Amino acid sequence: MQLSEKHHEYWRKNLRLTAVLLAIWFTVTFVVIYFAPQLNDIVIMGFPFAFYMGAQGALIVYVLIIWFYAHTMNKMDKAYGVHEGDEE
Amino acid sequence: MSTLTQSQFFRQLKKYYTFYTGGFLAFIIVLAILEQMGLSAKWIGYIFLAATISLYAGIGIMSKTADVSEYYVAGRRVPAIFNGMATGADWMSAASFIGMAGTLYLTGYDGLAFIMGWTGGYVLVALFLAPYLRKFGQFTIPDFLGSRYGGNLPRILGVLAAIICSFVYVVAQIYGVGIITARLTGIEFQYGVFVGLAGILVCSFLGGMRAVTWTQVAQYIILIIAYMVPVVWLSVTHTGNPLPQIAYGQVLQEVTAKEKELNDPATTLGAAEASVRAIHKEKQLATEAKIKALEDAMATGHADPIVDEARTKLKSELAELNAAAEPDAARITAKEHEITELTGPDVLLAKLKKAADGAKKASGPVPAHATPFSGKGAEKKLLKDNPNATEAEIAAARAEDRKTSDDKRRNFIALVLCLMVGTASLPHILMRYYTTPSVREARKSVFWSLFFIFLLYFTAPALAVLVKSEVYTNLVGSSFASLPAWVANWAAVDPTLMKIADLNKDGLVQLAEITIGGDLIVLATPEISGLPYVVSGMVAAGGLAAALSTADGLLLTIANALSHDVYYKMIDPKASTVRRLTIAKSLLLVVALLAAYTASLKPGDIMFLVGAAFSLAASAFFPALVLGVFWKRANYLGAVVGMLAGLGMCMYYMYTTYEFFGGVAANEWFAIKPIAAGVFGMPAGFLGIIIGSLLSPAPSREIQELVDHVRYPNLERDTRTQAA
Repeated sequence: MQLSEKHHEYWRKNLRLTAVLLAIWFTVTFVVIYFAPQLNDIVIMGFPFAFYMGAQGALIVYVLIIWFYAHTMNKMDKAYGVHEGDEE
Repeated sequence: MSTLTQSQFFRQLKKYYTFYTGGFLAFIIVLAILEQMGLSAKWIGYIFLAATISLYAGIGIMSKTADVSEYYVAGRRVPAIFNGMATGADWMSAASFIGMAGTLYLTGYDGLAFIMGWTGGYVLVALFLAPYLRKFGQFTIPDFLGSRYGGNLPRILGVLAAIICSFVYVVAQIYGVGIITARLTGIEFQYGVFVGLAGILVCSFLGGMRAVTWTQVAQYIILIIAYMVPVVWLSVTHTGNPLPQIAYGQVLQEVTAKEKELNDPATTLGAAEASVRAIHKEKQLATEAKIKALEDAMATGHADPIVDEARTKLKSELAELNAAAEPDAARITAKEHEITELTGPDVLLAKLKKAADGAKKASGPVPAHATPFSGKGAEKKLLKDNPNATEAEIAAARAEDRKTSDDKRRNFIALVLCLMVGTASLPHILMRYYTTPSVREARKSVFWSLFFIFLLYFTAPALAVLVKSEVYTNLVGSSFASLPAWVANWAAVDPTLMKIADLNKDGLVQLAEITIGGDLIVLATPEISGLPYVVSGMVAAGGLAAALSTADGLLLTIANALSHDVYYKMIDPKASTVRRLTIAKSLLLVVALLAAYTASLKPGDIMFLVGAAFSLAASAFFPALVLGVFWKRANYLGAVVGMLAGLGMCMYYMYTTYEFFGGVAANEWFAIKPIAAGVFGMPAGFLGIIIGSLLSPAPSREIQELVDHVRYPNLERDTRTQAA
């Protein structure tokens, strides 16, 4: 079938959201690892920062990223009329 | 049940599992009371094994099904939160449950690659795969490749890659089941493997995905309770704070201070450590001399006398063991095994090299827990040995440290990437997102999956630090005459997990006198924190649940790839439902037996192979799956070339660099270890798809419409949605 302009906009927005979240994922993982020796000089509540990020911080961010994506996309589905019908 | 609406179904599930969790806790309490009344540890082990396996069997039998959609995808009505729990159990293997905290204990920061790698991959699942695969809505991952790229070749490649990755993984799980069963009940490993096999089959055989899903939820509940109780209690006794994840910041600082003290020969503790390290150093040099002599003899072909000498020595040790007042059966068997293993100079050389490595490690300073990518300490050593070193010497030593540190960092990053992308490519995980009722539930379900996995993974680093603090403050410096009970117990039960000997004969324990195996950390935590044996039994049952649930998912993936993709889609598309399920179940049995048989042979490099599965999956699947959704132009030729290139590159790199296959480290590119071969396989895969696709015409209109179909949860007048 032919996709409408609205459909294309939905997909573009999805791509943008995906890219932004992926950038956050990349930063808390790989940028922090790369600079880990320097970042460890910062100590918060007894935790050296890079160690904390690897052990807990990054994980918390991952959980939040996935929650945010699910929440935003599920709302966007409705806004663009591409949501599934049989629920709620 | 099929007449229930989704929300009634959800309420009912919630009721069942709440009831079940209460029942499990009551069961533990009853056992604890029985233990106080004198029930022996052995019986507690048997009861745990029998009770949990019959529970899983009960769920398996209750969920038996003859419906194809129920068998392959649990009827597609698993609510997000329950699918999340099932995915958590599916995902967390024996290695996560028992091994993870130990790895962190032994390697500190450098072990965090596994923590980040095995959680961050879910971001990729959420953003790139789960919702789209759910919308596609078939049965297996090769299904997607087959429909998206057309033709049988992409499907066959998918089946092949799925089998390679999943089979080594399932062998490792069954191996883990064997070890845990042996530990829990004292029966032999080989029998333990088959007990485990029975446990796996009762879940999956009758009810396929449906049975596996509901058992996995039950297994998740057991494994998370079993993991948390001892850690929380340890945290309470150690810090007074019931939240170990917060409390261990303080403890980490104490550990770091202790590490400094132990490494400083000017302090009493440090001096004692230094004396033990000197003994290790001597041993290292002596062993290295032996290695050299053996190598020289091997070069001239006169190694046999040396091997004979070693064999004679082992035999006299065996005679001594046999002559002891109370012969220790386990040690005698181990020694006999050692003698039969010693078949030639190569074996002896490998053994000596291992001993020299161990001694070398023990002779070095304590590595700092929180410090990433520590160098070799060449600069420090130089300044200690030669305080008047020249500028040039110092600079050279510094450069050497820097290189070690940089190599470690590069490998860390590569490993994290491979584990993450591998997570997002393993078919047994992706398959779980076919089982949710809708795309929106699939998205939520990834959140729940990671949340439930996160609970365990962000506790493991805390556990490692708490146990380390216990060892550094309560064990180190204590007297050999009055060792803590848990140390004495474990040293007697399993010397590979806990070895302790007064090397410098001062009557006190030094850190360098203790050798700890990683698995000890989780297994011994209940005893360290002074909990009754029933909790140790519960921890073993948790480990069993972790291994069984993962094995179930993997086994189903392999059997479904064969029965659905190979048999139904390629050999006999007209097969009846009954026939399809019969084939699926028979294959499940065959694959399970094959895996159990392989595990009972105790293949040595099993842990490497599991790590390798991630790199292989990442190279073979990820590019084809992601580009299949995000790049319409990707086509048949691209997928074939890309999957072959990714898989080929990854295997080639492992083959040339990993010892097991006869490779050598000198072949490494950028000093990347073979376990992270995926960093070369993935780009090869992506490049292959892009080049292959651009060289051949764009995919057909139908396939492009399929891509639109998976991109939008619901398109009006989308014929496929109505059909599905």
